[in-house]
Amino acid sequence: MGLGLSTRVSAMKKPKTFSFDTLSLHAGARPDPSTGARATPIYQTAAFAFRDTDHAASIFNIERAGHVYSRISNPTNAVLEERIAALEGGVGAIATASGQAATHLAIATLMGAGSHIVSSHSIYGGTHSLLAYTLPRFGIETTFVNPCDIEAIRAAIRPTTRLVFGETLGNPGLDVLDIPRVAAVAHDAGLPVLVDATFTTPYLSKPFELGADLIVHSATKFLSGHGVVIGGLLVDSGRFDWEGSGKFPTLTEPYVGFHDLDFVEEFGPAAFITRARKEGSRDFGACMSANTAFLILQGMETLPIRMHRHVANTRKMVAHLDAHDAVDWVAYPELPSHPGYALARELLPRGCGAVFSFGVKGGRSAGQRFIEKLEVFSHLANVGDAKSLVIHPASTTHHRMDTAALEAAGISEGLVRMSVGLEDAGDLIADIERGLRASQKG
Amino acid sequence: MECLIDGRSAYVGTGGWEIDVARESVVFVHGAGQNHTIWVLPTRHFVRKGFNVLSVDLPGHGRSAGPCLSSIEQMADWIAEVVRVAGLPRACLVGHSMGSLVTLATAARHPDRVRALAMVGTAAPMPVHDALLATAAANDHTALDMLILWGHSSTAHLGGSPTPGMWMLGCGLRLLEEAGKGVVHADLTACNAYADGLAHATQVACPTLLILGERDAMTPVRATHALVAAIPTVETVVLRGSGHALLVERPDPVLDALIRIV
Repeated sequence: MGLGLSTRVSAMKKPKTFSFDTLSLHAGARPDPSTGARATPIYQTAAFAFRDTDHAASIFNIERAGHVYSRISNPTNAVLEERIAALEGGVGAIATASGQAATHLAIATLMGAGSHIVSSHSIYGGTHSLLAYTLPRFGIETTFVNPCDIEAIRAAIRPTTRLVFGETLGNPGLDVLDIPRVAAVAHDAGLPVLVDATFTTPYLSKPFELGADLIVHSATKFLSGHGVVIGGLLVDSGRFDWEGSGKFPTLTEPYVGFHDLDFVEEFGPAAFITRARKEGSRDFGACMSANTAFLILQGMETLPIRMHRHVANTRKMVAHLDAHDAVDWVAYPELPSHPGYALARELLPRGCGAVFSFGVKGGRSAGQRFIEKLEVFSHLANVGDAKSLVIHPASTTHHRMDTAALEAAGISEGLVRMSVGLEDAGDLIADIERGLRASQKG
Repeated sequence: MECLIDGRSAYVGTGGWEIDVARESVVFVHGAGQNHTIWVLPTRHFVRKGFNVLSVDLPGHGRSAGPCLSSIEQMADWIAEVVRVAGLPRACLVGHSMGSLVTLATAARHPDRVRALAMVGTAAPMPVHDALLATAAANDHTALDMLILWGHSSTAHLGGSPTPGMWMLGCGLRLLEEAGKGVVHADLTACNAYADGLAHATQVACPTLLILGERDAMTPVRATHALVAAIPTVETVVLRGSGHALLVERPDPVLDALIRIV
């Protein structure tokens, strides 16, 4: 006996472990030890009782595993956090009140006033608002660049830069983020890459395997999958060399807010996610409710099946619209006409998600007539629902962006964004046909 | 703290406290390819309780200068030197996996330096399959995958981390990935070559505690019987359900057991 039982290593193949589909259902969850409940219980409690004063001190001092207060950790949330970390191949995760909260938690853990971010300009409007308008008030500046222009990313990096940020598929033009090349540029400069992988989920893309260091999700979207909760997730790869970079004193110098704890020295690969929890969750308080975590877990159990169907339906919608006389253009990276076509074939072989945009002939008014005639598609500001959704970004999600910013983000006034759901594809095409006929009658 | 051991820079985590020779001391020794961070929970406990804590990075690991030492005996002598350089008369030694062999050899070769011994996830001998050694020699990532997947119980492959929000397999793999090229192979070779474990066990003069995982596939409980029989004063704790990665699968019971011996 010893390190590697002879009977088990004789073939010298990588030992088997559980597949993505199995982890989607089980990772982090065990039958409840006290009741036998098979579903993950909703631990609807603010706080957790200590055995005695020394036990309390040991949990506060991070000597023992356990929960203190649901703002910082909760058993239901912990299952969700472990599950996304397993699916992404990270070391750990934190569930937050929203995707925006996850992005803020990542940034606030890494930097303070005087810092700078290089961000893709093709991002969710809410994230653009955070970076462009709100964080400057706290001394954090952002330079927006074309995510497809690697040299522009390199050129935008300053001595004060602390983060490179982008979305796996840019919102709404679906610019495919070349994560390996972006990561190479960032790592050369001693910087981590934070990727918003909301549109792809770990079913379609594994950003850590491509070189990203941190991931955020709006779990509101495909992960929960049913449009019933708001939630976010921040995942740590554990791979970035914070000490080698020398740019992250929050992780490599004693933290007076936790008895001079040096997170890298004591927690190694778990330094970032531990600091984010022990400081960010504690102080900013943007926690997820246990009930929300339960609902997201329910969604994640069927993530592989849903994403497969989402992509299959989307391909049918894209093909139909791309051949339609009433449509000017369709932007989907699986079409040869999309600038990210070749990159998508390389980085997103399982599909490019279920969100795409197209232009109805006739511009803004035709687009409005199209949307208003739809019966199955719902007109609202969300994506990633089991139900099909549609929106006009220039007047909704991106309405704070001026014309120049809209143009830079690839958003025309007539652009319609669709999030394709799980309905029968024939019914969806019939709905689209109804809308397109109306669009051309103006 | 940084110190010089045999002329080379060595890292010894102390929890940020100065060594006080008037206090009792505990030395923690990590396993193959790992570093001091695996001991973060117990070290923080014993610092709070007023012990001198010395959580080492063996040569070539973590923050300690290389190269790696090539035998368990060399590592044992190195640990004894750490205790001497720290100005400590003696210490309780705590080791996991390869580190447990190092502490066993230290207790046998330097009995005057060792007050008590705790061996976590251990067996002696600790042979390593030739094919795993060859895979590690090639710096093939598969060797790390093997160590992580066999190093955790099958239950842990589905998670259930006691530490909220952490994916145990990911944490373990990332720690091994941080090791430099050749480190895992050097450590596994040292474990495989250590033939004097049972002889050393008979020479252990201090109280000894073995902390074992019920579902440890790498150092199974049944492989410790000879070791238990050889150590003069020994107690064994078997943690239900745990694999070889006891420090992440069952951190609180490990700490409870350590409190009894430290």
